[in-house]
Amino acid sequence: MSEIFESVREILAEALGADEDEITLSASLTGDLEAESIDFLDIVFRLEKKFSTPERPFKLEQGELFPENLMENSEWVVDGKLTDAGMDMLRKRMPHVDFSAFDSDRDVNHVSELFTVKSIVDFVERKLAVPA
Amino acid sequence: MRWMWIDRIVEFEPNQRLVAIKNVSLAEEHLHDHFAAGDGLPALPLMPATLLIEGMAQTAGILVGSVGGFKEKVILGKITSARFDADVFPGQTVRYEARLERIDAHGASTRVVVTRNTHAGDGWEPLGRADLLFSHIDQNLAGVTFPKENFVFSETFRTVLRAAGLEGLYS
Repeated sequence: MSEIFESVREILAEALGADEDEITLSASLTGDLEAESIDFLDIVFRLEKKFSTPERPFKLEQGELFPENLMENSEWVVDGKLTDAGMDMLRKRMPHVDFSAFDSDRDVNHVSELFTVKSIVDFVERKLAVPA
Repeated sequence: MRWMWIDRIVEFEPNQRLVAIKNVSLAEEHLHDHFAAGDGLPALPLMPATLLIEGMAQTAGILVGSVGGFKEKVILGKITSARFDADVFPGQTVRYEARLERIDAHGASTRVVVTRNTHAGDGWEPLGRADLLFSHIDQNLAGVTFPKENFVFSETFRTVLRAAGLEGLYS
């Protein structure tokens, strides 16, 4: 765990121009670390570069780490709020994010605030644990 | 032909590398303000670093755009880092060498290295570098739609490509 955390911390420090001490496991990417959408792309590219090996490329599919285009799906979002189907989808697709507190809010604009440093570390661990 | 901060493409390796040069000329209007005489100091025309970055972005942006036949609207999203170790003066030439690091449906990351030729006999010397991240805006910014035609790769870009024999890259 800590080796992956070190690497993720280094990546976030470079991508977000943040001090390493600010990058704690519970720090929210958009809240505490002020990440913007273009930074998410930077982070994805750096994770791919860092965790790829010649024998095993580390490739992230669109929307695999951060969910995308939520607003456009009327099954998942109605009047700016996640539906039950939307919540199910989020929980299934993003096992690396903790949605329990979000259940009472469900405002789609608040989804990105749920992403913490720990979400990324968990994501990388899960993905690396899948047999190649 | 207005906002063109590269003069000519000189090398191209598809999907990998693109090199362009720009000659800095005293005929460029802004140099007379950058910097004009004042406070007891004489005028000192030199190329603004922001325009060096624009030249780097145009070089790298063409490389990124060429991968998809210039169908994607490629916009500079983030200057991840940039440094310059010297200034560029009228009469000198800058050379931008862009390398493509990663590209996917959302965008691309590139590194551009700049060198300078002072034409005083020493050839090309290091000037600086920048890491530039581009966004394919049609695939991002959910909910925002852009005009159908590609307003990024305009006629001016086509002219530069044509001069290098690369117009065929448009699909």
